[in-house]
Amino acid sequence: MRRRHTGSMLLLVMLCSLCLAASDAVADMVKLKGSGASFPFPLYGRWFKDYGKVNKQVQVDYQAKGSGAGIKDFVNKTVDFAASDAAMTDEEIASVDVGVQLLPMTAGEIVLAYNLPNGPKDLKLSREAYSKMFLGQITKWNDPVIAKANPGATLPDTAITVVRRADSSGTTFVFTQHLSAVSEAWKSGPGSGTTVNWPSTDKMVASPKNDGVAATIKQTPGAIGYIEYGFAKIAKLPMAWLENKAGKFVEPSLASGQAALASVTFPADFRAWLPDPDSDAAYPIVSYTWMLFYKKYSDPKMAEALRDVVKYCLTEGQKVSDEMGYIPLPSQVVEVVAKAANNIQ
Amino acid sequence: MKAPKFASESVTSPSISQPPSALDTFLDRSFRGLTFAFAWLTILLMVYLLWRVGRQAAPAIEKYGLHFLTSTTWDVNKGQFGVLPEIWGTLYSSLLALLLGGLFGVAIAIFLTQDFLPPKLELVFKNIVELLAAIPSVVYGLWGLFVLIPAIRPIATWLHDYLGWLPFFGTSLSGPGLLPAALVLTIMILPTVSAISRDALSAVSPRIREAAFGMGATRWEVILRVLLPTASTGIFGALVLGFGRALGETMALAMLVGNSNQLSISLFSPANTLAALLALNFPEANKTQEGVLMYAAIVLMAITLLVNICGAAVLRRATANVTGRR
Repeated sequence: MRRRHTGSMLLLVMLCSLCLAASDAVADMVKLKGSGASFPFPLYGRWFKDYGKVNKQVQVDYQAKGSGAGIKDFVNKTVDFAASDAAMTDEEIASVDVGVQLLPMTAGEIVLAYNLPNGPKDLKLSREAYSKMFLGQITKWNDPVIAKANPGATLPDTAITVVRRADSSGTTFVFTQHLSAVSEAWKSGPGSGTTVNWPSTDKMVASPKNDGVAATIKQTPGAIGYIEYGFAKIAKLPMAWLENKAGKFVEPSLASGQAALASVTFPADFRAWLPDPDSDAAYPIVSYTWMLFYKKYSDPKMAEALRDVVKYCLTEGQKVSDEMGYIPLPSQVVEVVAKAANNIQ
Repeated sequence: MKAPKFASESVTSPSISQPPSALDTFLDRSFRGLTFAFAWLTILLMVYLLWRVGRQAAPAIEKYGLHFLTSTTWDVNKGQFGVLPEIWGTLYSSLLALLLGGLFGVAIAIFLTQDFLPPKLELVFKNIVELLAAIPSVVYGLWGLFVLIPAIRPIATWLHDYLGWLPFFGTSLSGPGLLPAALVLTIMILPTVSAISRDALSAVSPRIREAAFGMGATRWEVILRVLLPTASTGIFGALVLGFGRALGETMALAMLVGNSNQLSISLFSPANTLAALLALNFPEANKTQEGVLMYAAIVLMAITLLVNICGAAVLRRATANVTGRR
């Protein structure tokens, strides 16, 4: 009886010391909580995981809720940082009293992925063709407007099913901004925004999130939809060559994306859009995506950790961008962004 | 006064019947009080929910009024909101699911209670059907997208090609749409409907059944004209619960219904439902949109309530006809 008692005492002491040791480790560890855009999530997830391997003292949790939700969390200060494809509006920036530092972290292409059995693999779409498709004015794949840009290709008499995002999204924002720049009818009709009033026809369906749209395209013969390049690549969907401002048909790729980004000069707050890049080799629908930080953190350790994470993403992180389907930032941009990261205090 | 006599007798010969002690009375009273409190708590919770949702919806209700229920545009940028297509889609898909799910569910219940199968097999079947309830909604959504839609596409195309003059088949099925959504809903409400109907059917006293057989009724006469009417309250409860589930089902529908704001009678057209609208728009909604979405939530609640009231009325009339009771 007595012996068992000492045994349990010993166990208790061991447990206590274990707890103490654990809390010691927790005290040293910095936990960073972020939320926001789902468009760069595959890449961010990889970055934070790799960073955690190198630097065991910092743990980054990122929740891909969507750009709008991320901004909401950021303004309400329930997260330590956020991410958004649509940057932030002036109004939103003004509502954060400690100041906001926007940093572009990567860029992505939005592609028109399609599913056309017995159709060409490198379909070319003129600006007229794809804007009218999304307006619901071109309804068959063998429409003369599409055929004109694809001489020699056999286009089936299949109905076009347009797949769009059902939830509010930064991807939609970038895509509709581009359509507004390209088509007058689009600008005066649905316009641009994270959700717009899409033309309602029978052949326009909506799915949640990038992967939902990709899955729906894959399952629907005759479908076309806009998704982030990486998602189309994962789903092995063919992507259309799009006509750019210079009138050239460009394949979505790393090189054409970088050509588009080269034309951007950043203002001081890093909010730059390129709804319609004009270089010859540029892919037309490209966008930066941002991380949002406060300028002043109450915990200097946290600010330091965040700066370190940003530094990692800008150096090591950029090296994996390409294989994940994103466009690495041009080196001169990395330089400016790295400098601006020092504003996180 | 008989009780004291028994009590005095119990001194000599112990009996199981005793007058309630003070503790018994206390326990009885407190149990009664407790159940009473819980019953009221449920109602209070409902009122609280309505009040909270209503308070957030108030600005939107004031601004959009009844026009919200009759207009078809949902344009966040222009601030125009209407949920007629969603109301239509919710009712259409749920009613279709109820029709199919109710038919199959009750049929399964009859099949599993009326000695069509050996008892062991009955148990296996019952468990298989109830297992359907344990599958998460997202899995149903994915299954619908990757299995069901490709499977029904040829049938849908054939129906559209040959029977396209019927408004139900007026458009061709492109992918997500009302029919796939309703079919998946059917499967989702099947376990609810069949399990509760089964309980209701097995609760019918065997004497009633035997009496009917004794009067020379055939098996089907007994099932259709004696058992089903007797169990109708329970079966109706099953249908109401199933319908409730169909009305509120969210994730699978968000993936399958097509989320398109249009009114169409065609089964193959994309549609939208209130629950899917709420689920997809809520995460990124701003203040105005939140109010509008809360308004839509109230509409959904009102629909559920209305449907239940109508259902109860229909049932009362139906049972009155069958049993002659008023």
